[in-house]
Amino acid sequence: MAPRSLSEKLSILADAAKYDASCASSGGERRNSRDGKGLGSSGGSGICHSYAPDGRCISLLKILMTNFCIYDCAYCVNRASSRIERARFTVEEVVHLTVEFYRRNYIEGLFLSSGIIRSPDDTMADMVRIVRTLREQENFRGYVHLKTIPDASPELLEEAGKWADRLSINVELPTQKGLDALAPEKDLGEIRKAMGEVRLRREASREKTYRGKRKAKFAPAGQSTQMIVGADGANDTTILHQSANLYANYSLSRVYYSAFSPIPDSSKVLPLKSPPLVREHRLYQADWLLRFYGFEAGELADGGMLDLEVDPKLAWALRHRAAFPVDVNRATREELLRVPGFGTRSVQRILGARRHRRLRYEDLAAIGAVMKNAKPFIVADGWSPGGLTDAANLRARFAPPPEQLSLI
Amino acid sequence: MHPVQLPVIGAVAAWRAQARGFLRDGIRPQEIDWRGGGTLFDTQARPTAVPQAGASYSVGKTALSTIETALSHSDVDRYARAYQVLWRMAHERLRFGDRSDPQMRKLLDQAKAVRRDIHKMHAFVRFREGPGHGNRRAFAAWFEPEHPIVEAATPFFAKRFGDMDWVIATPILTATFKNGALSFAETSDTTPPPEDATEDLWCTYYASIFNPARLMTQAMQSEMPKKYWKNLPEARLIPDLVHGARARSRAMQDAAPTQPPAFFEAIARAEERVADAPIEGGLAGLKAQAARCTRCELACHATQLVWGEGPEDAPLMVVGEQPGDQEDLQGRPFVGLAGQLLREVAQNAGLDLRQAYVTNAVKHFKFRPRGRRRIHQRPNTGEVVACKWWLDLELRHVKPRLTLALGATAARALTGDGGAIRERRGRIEMGDRGGDVLITMHPSYLLRLPAEDKALAMQAFVEDISRAAAHVEAHWADQDGR
Repeated sequence: MAPRSLSEKLSILADAAKYDASCASSGGERRNSRDGKGLGSSGGSGICHSYAPDGRCISLLKILMTNFCIYDCAYCVNRASSRIERARFTVEEVVHLTVEFYRRNYIEGLFLSSGIIRSPDDTMADMVRIVRTLREQENFRGYVHLKTIPDASPELLEEAGKWADRLSINVELPTQKGLDALAPEKDLGEIRKAMGEVRLRREASREKTYRGKRKAKFAPAGQSTQMIVGADGANDTTILHQSANLYANYSLSRVYYSAFSPIPDSSKVLPLKSPPLVREHRLYQADWLLRFYGFEAGELADGGMLDLEVDPKLAWALRHRAAFPVDVNRATREELLRVPGFGTRSVQRILGARRHRRLRYEDLAAIGAVMKNAKPFIVADGWSPGGLTDAANLRARFAPPPEQLSLI
Repeated sequence: MHPVQLPVIGAVAAWRAQARGFLRDGIRPQEIDWRGGGTLFDTQARPTAVPQAGASYSVGKTALSTIETALSHSDVDRYARAYQVLWRMAHERLRFGDRSDPQMRKLLDQAKAVRRDIHKMHAFVRFREGPGHGNRRAFAAWFEPEHPIVEAATPFFAKRFGDMDWVIATPILTATFKNGALSFAETSDTTPPPEDATEDLWCTYYASIFNPARLMTQAMQSEMPKKYWKNLPEARLIPDLVHGARARSRAMQDAAPTQPPAFFEAIARAEERVADAPIEGGLAGLKAQAARCTRCELACHATQLVWGEGPEDAPLMVVGEQPGDQEDLQGRPFVGLAGQLLREVAQNAGLDLRQAYVTNAVKHFKFRPRGRRRIHQRPNTGEVVACKWWLDLELRHVKPRLTLALGATAARALTGDGGAIRERRGRIEMGDRGGDVLITMHPSYLLRLPAEDKALAMQAFVEDISRAAAHVEAHWADQDGR
């Protein structure tokens, strides 16, 4: 077999990496290269440099180091039993691609993941070598996200956190039962331990030494994880509980949800149909409600699944009409955050404007609230919803009209 | 009427200087023509150089930066509007950020549009490499922003691409970064730079990272509108990718599962060898079993089992309630604040905790997630009973001369009696599996007490620990005597 060209490898190894949803390049350490001695900058808000026709943003060069893998996770395109084409990048190739793409302003940095080759330690060591070369030889100051291998040794983890901005370990499925069925080599316990390790190291790196010096940074942009939705039988409540647990346990920056999608050469044990993408979207919305709106995992999904027709906050409000209407001129921040159509920024603006004068209905629209959703749930000067809050057909006003089933 | 002509380069700074002067001189907005005097030699009414008393007005930092951002909008009335807003803030008590005011709202909306345009420029500029000078590589790009934002948007590129020279040309202005210096000039050459071989690799990447099974062109276009496509090399691929997506996705689903490749079996055989390895006996063996415990639900939420630590023949066994946040992450008992306090008190009492076996009544952390924090929750009777299985096994192995129960949960697990600690502390009770159990409070109780109650409670705690220390002393004396 003739050696593969760089372009062929890129094609195989980017294709193999596209099922990872994570794309963030924000936060972390502020760096730039204004001194003329290096390349790149990071910190502040991330930039999406392009968008693929699947609607996902492209901000990082997202590739696998290799798609050879000794694990056999049913949902994964790179599992050992799949007959897809395999390839492997050298250290220099990854460094070259990252730097050349970066110089042309195609990307914010590198997101490097890998199949497990030989052993977790060997794989992790090779990945760390790549990042280290980028940082030390190329003086690369852009963003680097490294997927860590749960069973790798603590020394390698330490090294990884030193060079990368973000570390992540995918839990993949919300329960050990799901993992046992689809990813027999993966152990939720080991994954959790590794996340705990990252949190401890991050906290330790923020403490000052006895002499008041700052310690070396460790994964300054935090850690994240991904869960696959719809490959096993786990419902939305289980998934959200797991997310709430992970945010609290390991101070994760993000949990990504990836609707299980058909892959080339898929395994027999997988469901035939992929879940609707809107389920993934609803999970993201619910995730935001957990993190920024003071909701708890248990109160969002009624009967285990999120409502696909209306967003989770609206669905909650429709189920809890007794809590409404809320008076925007008197309500607390917590109450305002639960009003459909009010985002965190609208609430902030309402609270700010309220200090100067009372708010009228038109003011809320000017502030940027989505009045179509908020209208039935609020009272403002010049507006009262009357019987609308308790109207029996309120849900129907928001849900898409029923469609007639087509006869095949 | 005061006609003002602002330069093409440096307009924002020029506006600011003019506006400051006009405001100081009390010149009303309607007296100024910001679109510039028609005649070249018009007598420009310059603001007086001498400030008039009591006319100064200062603007907040965020307000000023927002106003300046809005000045990069393409609207011809932007300068006049900005001055009007400033004037009304100074003279009519207009509050900055008040969106109910139409003029303020328009300014804020335009600032937002400019910020978005700047963000998109940061995202969609595509450099192409040209001949370099010396050891610095050189790149060039052609970009068409919606608003005149070149001066506001390009310092970002100077920070990002500090070690290379670059030129970004737009229909009006061209930004040049050479040897670390950023400069602006009016654009003379409007031909885009020639293609660059790396663009093919980039297009390969773009095509490969696209997942045809989740086609969502609307989502793509809302963030990457078609007006930008012209200068994006990857945008050429979009029509074909979209066109073939459905068929590719269909083909993946229809393809029958295949046989695994040959190397798969070899890997599976290697796995089996590892799985057959025997588990060590003794406490270590028990620990390995407990790590897979499903006797209660707590294990599902915690990071890991926190098993006891210490010599297997320790004369003293210390039992706490349950691991906390730090213990859960580190996998070791008593490493948090309560553990530190216990160690301190023990050391003062002459007791070396390294000679004791320390463990918890419940081996997994029970908590309620709240945002990024975990709120400790006391384990319920069911969980204590479920975990007693492991505690009893530890007791049977270690056979301590004395067991020290810290707090109500430990006392209940060891004696079966869940009574209040206040009446029981300092007493030695009989364990429900035999043996002596000394009851005291949990050190975390001491940490929570208000200062005025603390001294007394601390005294009692020290007494109890000293008593345990005396037992250990007696044990070593017996050993030596034998």
